[in-house]
Amino acid sequence: MTLVSGWGRFPVVDTDLSRPRSFEAVSEAVVPGSVARGNGRAYGDAAIGVSRTIAMTGFDRVRSFDPATGRIRLEAGVLLSDLIDTFGPRGFLPFVVPGTRFASVGGAIAADVHGKNHHCEGGFGRYVDSILLRTGQGEVMEASREQNSDAFFATIGGMGLTGVILEATMRLRTVETGWIRERVIAASDLDAAMRALDAGDAATYSVAWIDCVARGSDLGRSLIYLGEHARADELADSADRFPAGNDPGLAVPVDLPSITLNRYSIRAFNELYYRMGARRAGGGHVVSLYPYFFPLDSIAAWNRIYGRRGFLQHQCVIPEQGARSAIGEILDRVSRRGDASFLAVLKKLGQGDGLLSFPLPGYTLALDFPVRGEILNFLDEIDRLVVAAGGRLYLAKDARQSRATFEAGYPALARFNAIRKSLDPAGAIRSKLSQRLFDEVQP
Amino acid sequence: MTSRKSVLVLGGSSDIGRAAARAFAKAGYDVALAGRDAAALEPDAADLRARYTIEGSTLKFDVLDTASFDGFVGSLPVLPDVVISIIGLLGVQAQAESDLAHAITIMRSNYEGPSLILGLFAEKFLARGHGTIVGVSSVAGDRGRSSNYVYGSAKAGFSAFLSGLRARASRGGVHVVTVKPGFVRTKMTEGMKLIGPLTVEAPVVGDAILAAVENKTDVVYVSGKWRLVMFIIKALPEAVFKKLKF
Ligand SMILES: Cc1cc2nc3c(=O)[nH]c(=O)nc-3n(C[C@H](O)[C@H](O)[C@H](O)COP(=O)(O)OP(=O)(O)OC[C@H]3O[C@@H](n4cnc5c(N)ncnc54)[C@H](O)[C@@H]3O)c2cc1C
Repeated sequence: MTLVSGWGRFPVVDTDLSRPRSFEAVSEAVVPGSVARGNGRAYGDAAIGVSRTIAMTGFDRVRSFDPATGRIRLEAGVLLSDLIDTFGPRGFLPFVVPGTRFASVGGAIAADVHGKNHHCEGGFGRYVDSILLRTGQGEVMEASREQNSDAFFATIGGMGLTGVILEATMRLRTVETGWIRERVIAASDLDAAMRALDAGDAATYSVAWIDCVARGSDLGRSLIYLGEHARADELADSADRFPAGNDPGLAVPVDLPSITLNRYSIRAFNELYYRMGARRAGGGHVVSLYPYFFPLDSIAAWNRIYGRRGFLQHQCVIPEQGARSAIGEILDRVSRRGDASFLAVLKKLGQGDGLLSFPLPGYTLALDFPVRGEILNFLDEIDRLVVAAGGRLYLAKDARQSRATFEAGYPALARFNAIRKSLDPAGAIRSKLSQRLFDEVQP
Repeated sequence: MTSRKSVLVLGGSSDIGRAAARAFAKAGYDVALAGRDAAALEPDAADLRARYTIEGSTLKFDVLDTASFDGFVGSLPVLPDVVISIIGLLGVQAQAESDLAHAITIMRSNYEGPSLILGLFAEKFLARGHGTIVGVSSVAGDRGRSSNYVYGSAKAGFSAFLSGLRARASRGGVHVVTVKPGFVRTKMTEGMKLIGPLTVEAPVVGDAILAAVENKTDVVYVSGKWRLVMFIIKALPEAVFKKLKF
């Protein structure tokens, strides 16, 4: 048995960790209570099996790639970082990347991850044409929009609960360079931030960093980052078409881990960060894709800065209508509580594709909280605001929401459960997350 | 035919073999992967072809079948610029102490087979006037330890073979690299207790092999710390060493 946790280091669970080396061995590894694990970047308990966790990162082969169409077939354990480093210099990138490049393809499909372009280009699943799925029942099936489409749409965003994704075929986008033309907008409060995001609807990439310690008339003050892929003629002559991946990035100062996280240090950091960003606001400039998409990856193991007890991320999405007041209320409670997260992100989402995909048209707010004090009760309060506004929480970030919150947020759940049951009548595939939120029989 | 450089990886299905193959393919080499089960290597060859615009192929090679070696070398479609042997078998020391067949397999897999096949390539390379030979040996060959001396002694023999070959072949324009990886997180070491700061991932070894070939390094300890560790272990007097349990 091995102690395993998600990226938030909460909860920590003793599980049997298996590392199969062949697809036959994957099948043999599935015992009652198993779930696949990619690279463990989900924050909570999604990638931990009730009895066994099946590690998939050993499956890292590209099967085929067609440079004429950008279509690629690969094993589910390939990391997005590997794809970017290998195919970026050839002019191809994934259509969708989350805020870390260390997610696996299987994990990105299972969570139907969203990027800074979800408002106009949709989620990861939209660019997946087909998957090879090993179901809980033991069948190995190819699933696509046309073939076994129930299994396909249940697997996109299905958090590993339909079975183990072995391979996927997806499309890569062509790019001229590995650089992003970025424009920063400083917004003095929440209304301005939401207006700026609305105005950025036409931008390929957009996201807002919110100072969630700011209060009163400053509540919701933010920096909005808009981005487009830079063309080759927009680069300085001296610049490489494709930048190196170890770019440290401006966004997060490297000495951050040494500051103890308390309201004073966060306030000081946020003040500095906001001023630095505001100074860069206005004109466009070109930044490497690495700090643009993955600002936190430049600090390895940054999840340690929250201390041994770990931390919780709370990411909700609120439908467009009512988003202003619900998000204003959440931010107000967070800033008044004082124990704020230094990472707070606001962004617009569009329609999701999978049955349990998190995105819906509206605004998503992501917050981090160290595990201490009355945090669980506080987050329950926030959840009530989310549910009242017709919103939901992201399963890939969740470790603690209640069944009621979950069920209220995901109306396609009954349909998902029916498909899951048909693929896995005996219920072999179960994670700590499904045990907490889905499974009929509570142990 | 292309004018690209080519590398032959013997033991292509191991984690280090795959990592080395990727490192060379990324650097523009055509890669041939050889192993007991050539068909099982095909997904790795396909991976190299898909990632990099190079040729990737597979060959059948069994290190215990020394009778086949001449034929194997003779039938290659091209004589590669670089040949790497990553073949090794850790085995089970306790079993090898009384099971002679197991001990023989360990000795032959780590010393006899790799030495003989690389020796044959050396002759071909010397006749051609250039080439690089890489043998992946082990720090375990630097001094026999009570916990793995069957394996260690075979690696010691292999290291000695490589150093002798290097001295001779260098005069004929052929370079020989000895790689001593130390602890690597691979299938072979899964479940073993490895010392974190001394342990590297397979891709680090792959990159180190490529760098050694391109920089004409003679002996590579993949993690520099191992050079110091083994220097100390080698310097311990036998009277002290035999009392240590490791
Ligand atoms: C710094 C950081 C920033 C992030 N930013 C974003 C963001 O912007 N947008 C976003 O959407 N997410 C974001 N995430 C979350 C992350 O993208 C997802 O959690 C993603 O699923 C992680 O992939 P993984 O390979 O690590 O999967 P894991 O965490 O290992 O697993 C996640 C889920 O996928 C399932 N799974 C994994 N592999 C397979 C497989 N082969 N077959 C079936 N199921 C499988 C698991 O069962 C689990 O349910 C972020 C995470 C971090 C740490």
